[in-house]
Amino acid sequence: MSGLYIDETLILDDLGETTKEGVLRTLATNLHQQGLVSESYIQAVIDRENEYATGLPTKGPSVAIPHTDKEHVLTKTLSVGVLAHPVDFGVMGEREQTTPVELIFMLAMDDEHTQLHMLQRLMNIFQDKDQLEFYKNTKDKTERKKALAEALELSRQGGETT
Amino acid sequence: MKKRVLVACGTGIATSTVVNDAIEKMCKNHDIEAEVIQCKISEIAGYEDSADLLVTTTVTKKDYPFPVINARSFLTGIGTEETEQEILDALKQ
Repeated sequence: MSGLYIDETLILDDLGETTKEGVLRTLATNLHQQGLVSESYIQAVIDRENEYATGLPTKGPSVAIPHTDKEHVLTKTLSVGVLAHPVDFGVMGEREQTTPVELIFMLAMDDEHTQLHMLQRLMNIFQDKDQLEFYKNTKDKTERKKALAEALELSRQGGETT
Repeated sequence: MKKRVLVACGTGIATSTVVNDAIEKMCKNHDIEAEVIQCKISEIAGYEDSADLLVTTTVTKKDYPFPVINARSFLTGIGTEETEQEILDALKQ
């Protein structure tokens, strides 16, 4: 989809952080260092996760989609974190439940109307166990980015992911 | 009578966008006349007197005078049919 920025510097592998805050801070700080979000995004995304959890149990590895209000976002983008060890995140829409998250898709979104397509493609990934396993297990960053770009139809050549 | 459905998440721009689209399609497929309003969960109070249903991906922190349905299944694909049925039942009342 046009207008969404993604490159390999936004895919962080083998993240060793053992806490939710640590994981969020590392990913958000990287986004800030790349000039894609304001510094305030870092704390805002942590606070938002504590208030409204974004962990999602799937048929494969659990994922989380931390994000926050658009005023902290400079460029619409997506950052992916692959965790070395599962880290517990609250389950979206649940008061107490947590889920051991292995893949983070941190969203920096700036508009409610232009991102439906990208979000739907992202949800398709979450419903595809094999694809989630691939993102979790592959050691090849370039391959991961390519697969992600195709799955999100960042290039129109991607086609359906099965 | 036209139903007013609120779709909310924490920011009003991310997960609610996906849920909003799913519900609009569902209403169309089932010939249900509905006005679907996408908003932040913190904005729900403003619609309290006029809404028929709240579909949300977040925890709700208070009681509302209309049914509240959790829509996480639209994101994960786990239990989608049950959620759709729940929404249809609520809208057909």
